[in-house]
Amino acid sequence: MIAARAMSVDSATVRRIASLARIATSDAEVEAMVPELNNILGWIEQLGEVDTSAVQPMTAVIANTLRLRDDVVTDGDIRDRVLANAPAAEHGFFGVPKVIE
Amino acid sequence: MSNYRIQGATGEWEVVIGLEVHAQITSNAKLFSGASTAFGSEPNTNVSLVDAAMPGMLPVPNAECVKQAVRTGLAIDAQIHRWSRFDRKNYFYADLPQGYQISQLYHPIVGEGSLTVETDEGEKVIGVERIHIEQDAGKLMHDQHPTMSYVDLNRCGVALMEIVSKPDMRSPAEAGAYMKKLRAILRYVGSCDGNMEQGSMRADVNVSVRKPGAEFGTRTETKNVNSVRFIQQVVEYEARRQVDVIEEGGTIVQETRLFDPDKGVTRSMRSKEDAHDYRYFPDPDLLPLVLTEDFVEECKASLPELPDAKRQRYVDALGITPYNADVITSDVETARWFEALLAAGAEAKAGANWLTSELFGALNRLGKDIGQSPVSPEQAAQLLGLVADGTLSGSLAKQVFEIMLETGDDPARIVEEKGLKQTSDTGAIEAAIAEILSANADKVDQYKDGKEALFGFFVGQTMKAMAGKANPKVVNELLKKALS
Repeated sequence: MIAARAMSVDSATVRRIASLARIATSDAEVEAMVPELNNILGWIEQLGEVDTSAVQPMTAVIANTLRLRDDVVTDGDIRDRVLANAPAAEHGFFGVPKVIE
Repeated sequence: MSNYRIQGATGEWEVVIGLEVHAQITSNAKLFSGASTAFGSEPNTNVSLVDAAMPGMLPVPNAECVKQAVRTGLAIDAQIHRWSRFDRKNYFYADLPQGYQISQLYHPIVGEGSLTVETDEGEKVIGVERIHIEQDAGKLMHDQHPTMSYVDLNRCGVALMEIVSKPDMRSPAEAGAYMKKLRAILRYVGSCDGNMEQGSMRADVNVSVRKPGAEFGTRTETKNVNSVRFIQQVVEYEARRQVDVIEEGGTIVQETRLFDPDKGVTRSMRSKEDAHDYRYFPDPDLLPLVLTEDFVEECKASLPELPDAKRQRYVDALGITPYNADVITSDVETARWFEALLAAGAEAKAGANWLTSELFGALNRLGKDIGQSPVSPEQAAQLLGLVADGTLSGSLAKQVFEIMLETGDDPARIVEEKGLKQTSDTGAIEAAIAEILSANADKVDQYKDGKEALFGFFVGQTMKAMAGKANPKVVNELLKKALS
């Protein structure tokens, strides 16, 4: 059996993950989150103790197959509803802070 | 083997090219929602709550998009994966309200395949690594407001195929030929309309350079190049630039670049830190996509004759020249037009010659493509029939064709109304010949003294006297008799 490699995060990693997910975090929150996340990772690593080499990955808890839809236009033409919650909408467009690469 | 080389200060360099082509799958509805894919609609009218990523909305794949990806894979002899899966590619940008693109990183629907391209250096097989299905993003407009960008989500969620080639191309010509061939196959299959101006097909161009036979160099990726010519320009520019950088002691950075078509140069995109950390993971909203054998067989059975097979058949069974067969089969619209011409009774070789010279010449002049031809295949077959049965000479047929282009009338009617019928009336032709010979007695004497080139002069005079309507074969025979 492969020994589970201890995985842990430091505060820099937590900051990076938060930034990728666009979640604002204060220093205090980051410090609190480091041990929390490491606890969770520790529990997950316990699963590594089970030999799963002969087990197929499970993709869903109920046996089911992916259903497909017919190629028919059944939706759309609801611009007012789509734009209803937009902070800014003009001339039928969403308005967002200017983004130019 | 391509002989394309870049001349550097330290000797010759070889260029290595791979293309990632994004092709919009032809469908009525989007990949995961029932909103329309129509081009040019009012902003945000082809958007469902799924496309706008409202909470609680669930994606359901469009069966037609799956089918078209499988048919495309079969058309390039690729492996079809009976089990594939959708993954989330996570990034934040205003054109993608979900915050992730649904794509297939780990288990694409189509695996390895290949297609054959032809350049001046001969035929070459180019490998395809994979084809996967993914969503397109929306469109941003930056120039409509001083402080805001406008977002239109009509394209957001439209189905794309990403067709990834192997790094098998070695010259701009091969890259161009690959793109053209791929476009032709997609259009034959009907899985993509191939309209590059409307963005239905665009390529990310991967380029690196190396000393011939050496290990691959570091590559750059130039994004969203939307014409065959631009692809070739990108290859030429990037290869030259990379050779210069390396020979001046620098190193190539693996990076994303943009092409500026006005200046013909590529530029580095300012890459943000973390920009490429997409944190892919299987989309929990979608079960794996499992294809039945019946489904794959149905896809196989629905494939049309593809360009390579069609070209071969035209040459072998119809006796058409390889050049003409190539021209006609290179686009599905032209091939369809030609087959309608044959169905209407035209002879294959004469039809192929006429189509590639007369019709293409006229369409070029008019700035139209074959779908907009003012003359139908049936009318063209009638015209060719009138030449075959001797009613029209070649030059009269050209006159009739010009009138057809202008009026759209049937050739028989034009011949009747304008009296353009060729005559084989020997009495009228003999009378004209007699008149010409007596008016040019000196030339008749010279001819009889051995100046045989004058025969052409007599033919020309007779045709002129007959207003171009005399059957040239009959004129020749009667002249020979009169001069002997």
